[in-house]
Amino acid sequence: MMTILLILFPIFGSALVMFSGSDKNVRRNALIIASIEFALSLVVLSEFKNTGLPELSVSIPWIKGAGVNFHFAMDGISLLLVLLTTFLFTIIILASSTVQSRRLNLFYGLILIMETALIGVFTSQDGIIFYIFWELALIPAYFITSLWGGTDRIRITFKFFIYTITGSLLMLGGLIWLYLHTPDPHSAEFLALYKVATTQNNQFWLFAVFFLAFAIKIPIIPFHTWQPDTYTEAPAAGSMILAGIMLKMGIYGIIRLLLPLCQSALAALQNGIIIMIVAGIIYASIIALRQNDLKRFIAWVSIAHVGLISAGALSLNQIALNGAIIQMISHGINVVGLFIVIDIIQTRFKTRDMRELGGIAKSIPSLGIIFMIILLGTIALPLTSGFVGEFMLLNGLFRYNAWISVFAGTTVIFSAVYMLGMYQRVMLGGASTELPIEQKRLSLNELIALISLIIMILWIGCFPNFILNLAGPAVQTILNYIQ
Amino acid sequence: MGALISTVVLGMITMLLGVMEKKKWILPVVIIGLIISFGINFTEWNKYHHYFNEMMIVDNFSVAFNGVLIFTSALVFMFSGNYYRSVDRPLEDIYSLMIFALSGAIVMTSFSNLVMLFLGIEILSISMYILAGSKKFDLASNEAAMKYFLTGSFATGFLLFGIALIYGSTGSFNLHEIAAYTTQNKELLPAYFSVGIILVMIGLSFKLAVAPFHFWAPDVYHGSPTLITAYMATVVKIAGIAAFYKLFDICFSNVSGIWVKTLLIFSVATIFVGNLAGLYQNNMKRLLAYSSIAHAGYMIMGIVAINKTSAGALLLYSVSYSIVTIAAFGVIILVREIRQNDDIETFNGLARTNPYMAFTLTIAMLSLTGIPPLAGFAAKYYIFTSAMENGYLWLVILALIGSAISAVYYFKVIIAMYMKSGNWPAIPGTRIYRIQLVALTVLTLILGLVPSLLLII
Repeated sequence: MMTILLILFPIFGSALVMFSGSDKNVRRNALIIASIEFALSLVVLSEFKNTGLPELSVSIPWIKGAGVNFHFAMDGISLLLVLLTTFLFTIIILASSTVQSRRLNLFYGLILIMETALIGVFTSQDGIIFYIFWELALIPAYFITSLWGGTDRIRITFKFFIYTITGSLLMLGGLIWLYLHTPDPHSAEFLALYKVATTQNNQFWLFAVFFLAFAIKIPIIPFHTWQPDTYTEAPAAGSMILAGIMLKMGIYGIIRLLLPLCQSALAALQNGIIIMIVAGIIYASIIALRQNDLKRFIAWVSIAHVGLISAGALSLNQIALNGAIIQMISHGINVVGLFIVIDIIQTRFKTRDMRELGGIAKSIPSLGIIFMIILLGTIALPLTSGFVGEFMLLNGLFRYNAWISVFAGTTVIFSAVYMLGMYQRVMLGGASTELPIEQKRLSLNELIALISLIIMILWIGCFPNFILNLAGPAVQTILNYIQ
Repeated sequence: MGALISTVVLGMITMLLGVMEKKKWILPVVIIGLIISFGINFTEWNKYHHYFNEMMIVDNFSVAFNGVLIFTSALVFMFSGNYYRSVDRPLEDIYSLMIFALSGAIVMTSFSNLVMLFLGIEILSISMYILAGSKKFDLASNEAAMKYFLTGSFATGFLLFGIALIYGSTGSFNLHEIAAYTTQNKELLPAYFSVGIILVMIGLSFKLAVAPFHFWAPDVYHGSPTLITAYMATVVKIAGIAAFYKLFDICFSNVSGIWVKTLLIFSVATIFVGNLAGLYQNNMKRLLAYSSIAHAGYMIMGIVAINKTSAGALLLYSVSYSIVTIAAFGVIILVREIRQNDDIETFNGLARTNPYMAFTLTIAMLSLTGIPPLAGFAAKYYIFTSAMENGYLWLVILALIGSAISAVYYFKVIIAMYMKSGNWPAIPGTRIYRIQLVALTVLTLILGLVPSLLLII
């Protein structure tokens, strides 16, 4: 029951938000709803027993007798991603509270619909329902980016939409095929889909359709061309949702569907794909070095980091999978933090161009410190969240193939280079513009949002066992399906 | 049978009211009459009656499709009051012709004899030829009627010729007798039996605007009065697909080797012609014409892969398709009336001036694309599953690619409404109109969430 409540609460909340009159009310209501949702997910956490199997299960038939059910349940991985979603949505709504924009009710309404869709993706236990929420997430994301985005938003978000819908429609074909190959009466439950016996040939095209859908969403180079443009043009909150949570759908899909469904195709293609991803990581890192627009910079950094996560997930060993999960959480927190800082810079200095910025640490001292901590989390300094994840991922990759791990390891060096270089150009040096006194301090909302993110970064860095214990049994279950 | 009799009687009453010059009564009488015949129709559920020496058989398939047809016509009539409000005449001719077209459609779902099929198609078509030209002093409307009539009668010729060849080779018009004859004498069937089937198929494809026989559709849809276009895109299409399914399911499913490959090619061609040509349209009515061609392609998939789930899948598809199409036309009618144009540019900035209308049209476009959780997704899911069950994996993959292409032009409309700005004043809409649009939207959502409501046959 809690699971259903968790899924439906934001969408009913969004109706409330859309019809609350003034902008002030809209913001307040959105924040209240997101916080209640976060509290709900904490209640779920307290009820959670962590057996490694899906818990708190609810099942309602979509089509009677056809074996397609609205079946929602959570294992450790789902719960962690749900917690990440509800936490980050609260932070995102809190941090975007200064945004001045028209049709604010629609904006926050869409954000809450998005929350429902994401939680639905992370909790569904049925292939077709997974697909329904997967597509449902696309619509609010499209409207958020295209209605409140930058100047070239129409063309770019359209590209984003067509790209992702092509990938996911092909995945639908794969899901239907699997559904029809379950023993009569058919069932689209994940557990039934895992058991479908497939020939080598079928495995290859199944792998192709699923990998394409997930690779576009993550995005993995060379399926990434929509991503830098979209992140750049999207409004701040939109970029945060896209980078912080929506791309986790892709990695979640790899772990939940691709690994158990296409083992033999994966065994044959694993090497090539991991090499492709690692080459993509290095490529993205080099491009990130040359960026001047802060948001575009973060977009490329994000490609490099999630590339490492997907390489780890595909290397199919326990430590890398655990690392992938902890790094998903950590990347979500870090990237949202970075986007909040960029948004603060942009609203105050009216530009995101690194060449025009400088000396911000002098104008806004508190931002200098906060930004440094988030940045250290991103470049994986020990005792920050990034370190645990990257260490486990590289460790897992090393067990898979030492050379690949060496090349993937360059990402750590690269990320230190480009992140610190960026910090130096933007935060240090002589001040470019003098700010009015009231803008030199961070507002209360911004401070709360950033400090809670920092607490999370340090907490995960120091005590990663909380996450590892939650994820461990579920990862083991998935590995059992694979063997 | 009750449905047929009641609609014909309703048509006559409508004409009588026209003679009596009771303009105010006509529309309420029509709508109440349709509701009554909707009810009468469902009294025949699970009864399997047959009439006139098995000329007509009313089974659950016919009852379900009749229900859809009557319901869809009622939806179109709901918009007609507003559409014709500036006309002083009682309009009994237009209304009664629409109702007679409906009765033709009802014959097409219940036939059990090739002659009856022909009669049904002609009752429907001849009414539609006149209706297409019902804007008497409009050049485009006249052109549409002429084109529709010429191509339509051409198609009728094919159909009739095909029926004659089938009769010549099997000695019967009765569907069940033909089916029995073909099973018993599979080796004895002459070559012109196959020609007959293909000719009948071509005739029906013309009526359904299935590629490569779709050329008339965009011009006719564009030129006809918008209300009639909505009627054509929904009622005529549903009746056509129901007749197509019934004929090929009962009569020709045991000789499927003859026609299945051809129909498969028709289906793929229709999906791609509709969707690719849709990309280049700048006019809403033409865009919806190509969209309706593409959707005919998806529906044909249900006939290519006939199995026990296809009837239900087709029913769900036709309902979800017609609800959103009518919603879209409902918006277009209003926009065209005020702005005197139905190019996509006319919809620029509609989200700011008329948020409800823009929202309705958005949901319609999303549903036509097949985005969950709307009705269009459930329908496509069902058709695709049914096709894949029969092993048509590649057909489904091509159809999925077609859907991805179609997203481009459906989103063109959404982009125009939400992201471009236009200098148009808001369109005044009555409250009833708004309720109708919202009701259609809610229905789209409900059907997407609970599609089992319709999977009854």
